[in-house]
Amino acid sequence: MVDIQPYKTGFLQKLGLSLSALGLLILAVTLFGVEFENNGLLLTVSLLSIFVGTSIYAIKTYISLPAGIKNHGIWFNSLTSKGLLGWITAVILTGFYVVLYWFPEYLGQGVKGAANTNLIALFNPLSDLFTGKPATQWFVYGTLYTLIITTLGIKFILKYRHNRYQIIRTIVVIIAQLFLAYLIPNIMEGLNSDKAYFAMDIKYFWPLNYYFFNDWHLNNMVHGGSLGMVYLVWGIIGFLVITPFLTYYFGKRWYCSWVCGCGGLAETAGDPFRHLSDKSVRAWKIERYLIYGILLLITLITLVVLYGYFSGSSTFLGLDIYTYFTHPYGFLIGAAFSGVVGVGFYPILGSRVWCRFGCPMAAYMGIIQRFKSRFRITTNGGQCISCGNCSTYCEMGIDVRAYAQKGENIVRASCVGCGICSAVCPRGVLKLENGKLEGRIGKTFSYKK
Amino acid sequence: MKHIVIIGNGISGITAARNIRKKNDNRITVISEESPFFFSRTALMYVFMGHMKFEHTQPYENDFWEKNKIDLLHDTVLKVDPNQKSVLLKTGKSLQYDDLIIATGSKSNKFGWPGQDLDGVQGLYHKQDLEKLTKSYKTIKRAVIVGGGLIGIELAEMLLSKNIEVTMLVREKSFWNGVLPNEESAMINELIKLHHIDLQLNTELIEIKDSGTGKVKSIVTSKNEEIECQLVGLTVGVTPNIDFLKDSGIEIERGVLVNEFLETNVANVYAIGDCAQHRTPTGGRKPIEQVWYTGRIMGETVANSICGNRSDYQPGIWFNSAKFFDVEYQTYGWVWAKPKENEATFFWKSKNEFKSLRLIYDKIGNHILGVNVFGIRLRHEVFDQWIQEKKNIEYVIDNLKTANFDPEFFKHHEAEIKNQFDKSTVCNLI
Repeated sequence: MVDIQPYKTGFLQKLGLSLSALGLLILAVTLFGVEFENNGLLLTVSLLSIFVGTSIYAIKTYISLPAGIKNHGIWFNSLTSKGLLGWITAVILTGFYVVLYWFPEYLGQGVKGAANTNLIALFNPLSDLFTGKPATQWFVYGTLYTLIITTLGIKFILKYRHNRYQIIRTIVVIIAQLFLAYLIPNIMEGLNSDKAYFAMDIKYFWPLNYYFFNDWHLNNMVHGGSLGMVYLVWGIIGFLVITPFLTYYFGKRWYCSWVCGCGGLAETAGDPFRHLSDKSVRAWKIERYLIYGILLLITLITLVVLYGYFSGSSTFLGLDIYTYFTHPYGFLIGAAFSGVVGVGFYPILGSRVWCRFGCPMAAYMGIIQRFKSRFRITTNGGQCISCGNCSTYCEMGIDVRAYAQKGENIVRASCVGCGICSAVCPRGVLKLENGKLEGRIGKTFSYKK
Repeated sequence: MKHIVIIGNGISGITAARNIRKKNDNRITVISEESPFFFSRTALMYVFMGHMKFEHTQPYENDFWEKNKIDLLHDTVLKVDPNQKSVLLKTGKSLQYDDLIIATGSKSNKFGWPGQDLDGVQGLYHKQDLEKLTKSYKTIKRAVIVGGGLIGIELAEMLLSKNIEVTMLVREKSFWNGVLPNEESAMINELIKLHHIDLQLNTELIEIKDSGTGKVKSIVTSKNEEIECQLVGLTVGVTPNIDFLKDSGIEIERGVLVNEFLETNVANVYAIGDCAQHRTPTGGRKPIEQVWYTGRIMGETVANSICGNRSDYQPGIWFNSAKFFDVEYQTYGWVWAKPKENEATFFWKSKNEFKSLRLIYDKIGNHILGVNVFGIRLRHEVFDQWIQEKKNIEYVIDNLKTANFDPEFFKHHEAEIKNQFDKSTVCNLI
């Protein structure tokens, strides 16, 4: 057995952090107008530095500690306990999203045919490589998003290296983001650059993809040749058949904590903030109103959109469909909620604000998970000591302990099946399982004979 | 309407209160000197290490009690007068009760060592112990922990998380060897040393020395070694917290004596949890059990009795669990440190991980009696049933997978275990 080194920030960790900071610095200086002669080279150096630097830091940090739960000092660290650093991070992240969605010109997005500058221009060579086109703010965002999930995913794997469920799940999260959400769509777009845009991430189903049935998106798929038709049919099968089918067998975790992009970011970059979710009964009440309200909203809007599409009308009851229906949803829910609040508030409200309070896909699967699914978290007899680790580290704000201490299974619409409650439990009480439907809800074990 | 007074807001008292409230509308008052609200004391270590905030150790939201009409009193009980059916409080108030439940838990043992009351000597049981340690830890360079049990190793882990050097004095020849068989105990010794703890076996505390200012300067061990330290953690077990009952007429010994219905010698007075001493313990259990779940069961039982359905305490087959640093431990049925005469034992240990499994079975009947497991999670329900139904050892070995409770995708060891078992039985036959 390996000897355990007491924790210290040694040379390698400092090297890793410096390298990572260098990579970030290159990105940051472009925002202030610094231009490089060779963007391709600088971008490569920047992205690689972030990846390699963070990996070195994580490897050295976690491998020198014994395998096991690594939560020492979480509530003492200013970044992870809503301290000053947490608030600063939240403000920066929120600011980034506001600029990204509504003021991309500050990132250097060329407007009205003008060439890109600043940060966006730095990504031009990579975008050119994929599609032959200059970068957009969405390409930059997608690239950074993928880099973050990959890098912090590796950190997560090292942190939970004693737990194979976490390792395998996170490898899948990384692969889903890197290939399904990033590489394949970008390569396909390059190969079909004559066709108008439609979403090419094969797991980006309606209602998470709220614009799937919008007339422009339907048109782009319909006129997108056989590839467009494949995506159209796949998208419909995806939400009508695949989603309920897989959710019945495995619970919504197959999506939310294994392949979803929003979930992927929450599980990797958001992991240090998971304990900040609100566990109060009040929050649970708000959650139910909000999330099912949004599912209802997007369903109604989509029906209006489809009515418009098939009737050829651009208005519904005299109201312009774009102005009164699709645009407000995209602005308020698609951008403000999922991006600005969803990720920007990680350090304040925890990592799953969007998934818990907003995501209509999660709401849809949640209904299935609650009423007709083989998934549950099982409680191990009478072993619970009510310590509260499970509830504290539930990113969805579920009071897991309330069930565990009664010896009850946990069957909740919101559970994304990340498995951390089971990992942090010091008494081996919780286990994510798929099994028979009968007896799934309620008490399972009585120690009295 | 009856007035039920409960002294103590730990797991026992609170379980009683909640279960009485579920059944009827009687007036319930819970008195605690320790904390205004119920919290899980098993989680104090996680608060110190920064895994949780104190509020997370409270299983119910603060308005729960008012909503459920359970009155909480943050006060100290000075005296109980069974003749007057009254309880005298430190604030001068006195309360009349119809039924009284004593659920005052434990306090840390002190065995009369010189210097045991110095500043810097403490146990780890009450919320106040955590508060004390939170204040003092920054000035501690080395701590000496006295006692080789579950609380001692928790305290060691807590101090290590703050980079404090730790010495552990263990009276036995190996850690927790009065409970764990030699192999498991040796494994935990190894684990302790791996964490850079100075583990001193066969060693006792003789004296704690004063720095001259009333603070701890050093300790002297039975091996005549003086160790400089700023903290002495006394984790040599706990004792029922019942001093206030002396001369009350309620019969006490080490704990409050109760029959199988948790009734004391005085009518309408019950005792539950850590502070209760069973006159006739069953199932091989000790008269005083300081375990979370037995407190919970006693709370449920006494609630039944008070609400008209007189019930006896039935804790079922023994089980327990703990965590030593990152290594989890579970046990079902009885596994003694040394097997009893009728007991055969099968022991498997992983070569490179802190994982082991010990099965105890009857030599003649061949049926399973108990299991000790480290680093693997086992299903309570399954082992409970197997032990009750006296499944034979071959059946248990063959069906071990049914009892596995590890998370999905974890490495399975059942085949390896069966292999070793088959080999060992062949050897026995030869």
